[in-house]
Amino acid sequence: MEASRNWRIAATVAAYAAPMNSATPPGPDSGLSVERAQLSLGGQPILRDVSLRVARGEFVALLGPSGCGKTTLMRVVAGIQRADSGRVRIGGRDVTAAHPAERDVAMVFQSYALYPHLTVAQNIAVPLTMTRLNGLQRMPLLGGMMPGSRAARAGIQADVARGAGPLGLSHLLDRKPGQLSGGQRQRVALARAVIRAPGAFLMDEPLSNLDAALRVTTRREIVEVHRRVGAATLYVTHDQSEALTMADRIAVMQAGEILQIATPEVIYRDPVDLRVASFIGSPRINLLAAMAGESGEVRVAGHPTPLRSFARGPVTLAIRPEDWVMDAEGLPARVEHAEFLGDHTLVHLRIAEAPVVLRTGTGLRVTVGESLRLGFAPERALLFGADGRRIPAELREPARA
Amino acid sequence: MRDLPRLALLSVLGLLMLAPYIWMLSASLKPTDEIFRANLALIPERWAAIENYGRVFAQVPVARYLMNGVIVCGGILFFQLLFAIPAGYALAKLRFAGKEWIFGAVMFGLLVPPHVQALPLYVGLSSLGMLNTYTALILPSTISVFAIFLFRQFFRSLPDDLIHAARLDGMGEGAIVWRVALPNAWPAATAFAIFSVVAHWNDLFWPLIAVTGHEHATPALGVLHFRTDEAGDDFAALMAASAIMTAPLILAFLFAQRRFVEGIATTGLKG
Amino acid sequence: MPDTGILPHLDLAPVKRRRGEALGAWLLTLPAVISFVILLLLPTLAAIVMAFSDFELGVWPPAWIGLENFTELLGDRGFRQSFANTVIYVGLVAPASVGLGLAFALLIEAGTRGRAFFRAVFFLPVVSLTVAMASAWQYLLHPTIGPLNTLLRSLGVAGPAWLSSSDTVLISLAAIGVWENAGFNMVLFMAGLTAIPRELREAAAVDGARSAWSRFRLVTWPLLGPTTLFVVTITLIRSIRVFDTVAVLTRGGPNRASETLLYTMYTEGFTFLRLGYSAAITLVFLAIVLVLMLLQTRVLDKRVHYG
Repeated sequence: MEASRNWRIAATVAAYAAPMNSATPPGPDSGLSVERAQLSLGGQPILRDVSLRVARGEFVALLGPSGCGKTTLMRVVAGIQRADSGRVRIGGRDVTAAHPAERDVAMVFQSYALYPHLTVAQNIAVPLTMTRLNGLQRMPLLGGMMPGSRAARAGIQADVARGAGPLGLSHLLDRKPGQLSGGQRQRVALARAVIRAPGAFLMDEPLSNLDAALRVTTRREIVEVHRRVGAATLYVTHDQSEALTMADRIAVMQAGEILQIATPEVIYRDPVDLRVASFIGSPRINLLAAMAGESGEVRVAGHPTPLRSFARGPVTLAIRPEDWVMDAEGLPARVEHAEFLGDHTLVHLRIAEAPVVLRTGTGLRVTVGESLRLGFAPERALLFGADGRRIPAELREPARA
Repeated sequence: MRDLPRLALLSVLGLLMLAPYIWMLSASLKPTDEIFRANLALIPERWAAIENYGRVFAQVPVARYLMNGVIVCGGILFFQLLFAIPAGYALAKLRFAGKEWIFGAVMFGLLVPPHVQALPLYVGLSSLGMLNTYTALILPSTISVFAIFLFRQFFRSLPDDLIHAARLDGMGEGAIVWRVALPNAWPAATAFAIFSVVAHWNDLFWPLIAVTGHEHATPALGVLHFRTDEAGDDFAALMAASAIMTAPLILAFLFAQRRFVEGIATTGLKG
Repeated sequence: MPDTGILPHLDLAPVKRRRGEALGAWLLTLPAVISFVILLLLPTLAAIVMAFSDFELGVWPPAWIGLENFTELLGDRGFRQSFANTVIYVGLVAPASVGLGLAFALLIEAGTRGRAFFRAVFFLPVVSLTVAMASAWQYLLHPTIGPLNTLLRSLGVAGPAWLSSSDTVLISLAAIGVWENAGFNMVLFMAGLTAIPRELREAAAVDGARSAWSRFRLVTWPLLGPTTLFVVTITLIRSIRVFDTVAVLTRGGPNRASETLLYTMYTEGFTFLRLGYSAAITLVFLAIVLVLMLLQTRVLDKRVHYG
């Protein structure tokens, strides 16, 4: 305690000052970038001035609730949809007006979008046949007789076999997608996407159609594929655990806006916006209405806390469930309900009518109706202003008797 | 404006498709001598609409034809639904001996075009002295295996629990059909109704066989009568008659376009 | 049923229930079954029996003559002509109306503007009274006063007598047939097109299919396979049934140049009252329809199945 007396939440200040640049990606010429994309459909704004940059070799998760515009943003990058304004760059090239086929992007669709009439091998080969064979050579029957066709087809076949191997698809090459399991289909979609080493690699909720167990194992597979390909990867998901475990950086999106782009740790520990704080973390972060007095001292329902705010007036105090501690000087709370979950217990309490959750190891024993006093690790606590923006805070000088 | 070539092409094709209607209407407004002058003007120099349409109404019982059309189509549809809905329900939801046979019969019926039964039905009706009646027009079409098939497919997607619940509420199977299954089968019923009415309103083959004379003539027969009896080369009146007889269904279509298209698409795809 | 001896009344309930269910089912299907037997099954069987008899209206009793009607058909120049006409008519109408229906559907689905309008325009012939519209066509194609020939004349071409010359009558009827069927096929194709997930076409674009044509070849056409097969079959069957336009416009003429199967069957049966002979033609017609349906199911099972 002594050492952290004048402890300042330095990262918070940095994040407050420059919320969008908490980690600058290297090299503007590689990877993909979206600059100031705007899009409305039927008068409804879908993308509001969205900017995003993914460096070559970087894995960025685009995380947000459904309907926040994250899939639309990805479709704008792919060129399936056009933004009203803004630019898209891939590999240093401005591709804002380019056809999807000319953008050097590959995409894994949520439904996988495998061609049901083609075998696995043919599915994987499509991006190669489209680029390596011309229209005449692609013709059925006749195409095989065109000059150069045979050699090109042999090359494609070899590449497909090479691409299918690492994903464990070698024995499935002659099957149709309808004969595959969900996980196998997902891997075919991956193989098809990476077969021609794209400059940008887009994935739209690729795990959402898999069962829970498969989802966890496939996460690693996707990250490995990403590392092997080394492309700028943009991964759309609404599942925070996917974003937290897989991504180098997370872009949290809500209502057509990117709220924060940062590493998973920073997103979790140093959210710049109340919406980011309450979206990330399970169980949800506890929010307490608080008041910052004239000297900035933060009080919850009249009870003092060890924090001092840089702003005055009503603020929101946010504390993660695992950051509560027993503290005789803390806030009075009453136990309402406890959930035993094996390795930890969730205790539901009320602090002055506000429901809060406490996450504890198995050590703590509480009974329903019991009154406790809860403190919190002050360097972990977050303060937000009335507009939802993060307010820097510092530890109050010890006022304890 | 990338859409422009597409719209232009569609417009040209659309005009080609509409040409018969456009010329039919144009001719029905022109006096006969103007038609025989054979110019390409769509708008008549002298309007003769009242004359032409008046001639049609004066010479043939237009209202009678249209009413016959309504009676025949309505009668056919009523019995088709009356027979097909309970049967479709039983085939979809109930277990009983002989079900496979009935379903087999339905599939057999789907394969046989209605023209095949025309001769024996004609012989039968004529020996019963029932030709030239509404019965002769309606009876042969009262059974639609296609309707049975369609409703069976539709009722199969109805949750079993709904029917169990109705039984627990004390309903008999008959009550379930009309009070539970049918209210849930409106999409199928409308689709089939449109399919059936379009088919029978436009049918010429069977009415030509079953009735003679004006009394029971359907709109299709009416136009035919008008051609042979009255019109000859009087294209102005013939076009007017054609326009009158075509109008009811076209108007119905224009009012309920989506339903018509969906109805024909669903019935077309399943038939 | 478990024979435990406990609570036997519980075991009886399902039996009773099942009997009630079966009884109810029979009551519900009875009207349909009776009318099916009287109006469909027996007449069909009677038509088959009649085809092997010399049944004529007013001549009783008919005699069993075996295959005589069919051997007569083989030698009947009129029937052979009628059969050939039908084949030519179907050969013209089916490909053209399927192709045109697909073109309409693709053109309409390719954009957002004017969809409902053009769909209605192309679909109009389907809901139009064929007899009436045949009259409109007759005017349109009239050799002297018809707008088509007037237009041709103004271009310096002498148009043929479309419906009254044996050279052009089948083509003219086929044109009307295409006009009638294209909109119907369009609607079926549109239903087939909407069943193709949009994501597949998008995936094709991302995978490098740059032109609309290459996306059509990669995704739309193969996935439309079952629809196309179905549309082809149904168009074949619909166009084999051609009757209205022939009966109204040409009565098989001139000189049998436009006589088709159903029209021949109609005149033999209801004009000349040779019911046995007419029934034999009906069976030929039925056989063709059955073969087409059989082919469709065969092909469907074999080729267009995606597992």
